[in-house]
Amino acid sequence: MTSAVNQSAKRLLVLIPAFNEEGAIAGVVGEVRSTVPATPILVVDDCSRDSTRGEARKAGAQVLALPHHLGLGGCVQAGYRLAYELGYDYVIRVDGDGQHDPRDIPTVLKALEQGDCEMVIGSRFVDENGAHTSLLRAAGILFFRAMLRPILGRPVRDPTSGYVGVNRTALALFSATFPLEYPEIEALVVLQRKRFRFVEVPCRFRPRRTGRSTITAVKSLYYMIHVLLGVFVNVLKFEGRRK
Amino acid sequence: MDRLFDVVAVFSLVLIVWVLSSVRRAHIRVEYSVSWLLAGTVLLILARWRTLDDWMAAALGISDSFIALAMIAGAAFLVVLYRLSLRISGLKDSSITLAQQVAILEFRLDALSEKRNIQ
Repeated sequence: MTSAVNQSAKRLLVLIPAFNEEGAIAGVVGEVRSTVPATPILVVDDCSRDSTRGEARKAGAQVLALPHHLGLGGCVQAGYRLAYELGYDYVIRVDGDGQHDPRDIPTVLKALEQGDCEMVIGSRFVDENGAHTSLLRAAGILFFRAMLRPILGRPVRDPTSGYVGVNRTALALFSATFPLEYPEIEALVVLQRKRFRFVEVPCRFRPRRTGRSTITAVKSLYYMIHVLLGVFVNVLKFEGRRK
Repeated sequence: MDRLFDVVAVFSLVLIVWVLSSVRRAHIRVEYSVSWLLAGTVLLILARWRTLDDWMAAALGISDSFIALAMIAGAAFLVVLYRLSLRISGLKDSSITLAQQVAILEFRLDALSEKRNIQ
């Protein structure tokens, strides 16, 4: 296992939230290691009922094991909190199901290092790479694109992407406040509320390797209402748009 | 109609006794029992004091005093439920923060142990 606190390569941490991903996690960790070999990898295990934790450790990742299931937002925020406490400058989140191609990590990192923004979204639509998106999800993305446009004051192509990189400023914010369920869209509004900026870079997305998405057709309606309400609440707290 | 008022009075009494019994057995904390006891007591008073019901029905513009009682009871229970939702939200936030802190502390302890073993 890699050293828990790697002092020499502290700038970037790759964060992988995972829940019941024993079939995919080792492959994802392996791909990340081969893409950015010196970079620490932190798998945040959201109290999986399978052997995700063990598989991640065997593959060479450090594991932050949550004592009970918090959901995606709580899981990601735990990783952000640890990364912030350990002094990392950049954190790139890659999903544990293998949908995000880790070969795009350098692209996301490069955009972060340019310093024009606090958050980088790996988008499947910048270069029309969204072939693996289901019809239902594609419809949802179109809806949220239209809804977010006036709120953010600019278009966002892939608002539901979890392939996200943040710098230390955004890390400080998200460590303190982060949406707990279905966090991607609300996080954009939180970011905007604090007058932070984001950019989108093209990233490759693939079908998940194993398991099923947490957002099933039945949950979609709940998802829409939940996200809409979360966005509305964040808009009420609006602090002004960055010039 | 009188029977309906009697049913409400019995229901209120059962609620009060049930809550007091739960407090005695430490199944419910005193601070959470207050809202229920208050709601039960108000309901009991309204179920027994018909003049008050008639006056409230007239004030609300409702011809039937039992409907006025039902509306007031419904509103009281909604307030209690909303207060509990606030409490639950606060507790969930605390529980999430606590779980994250526990995980981070365990992570740091493991890192320290690993460091010691290497030395």
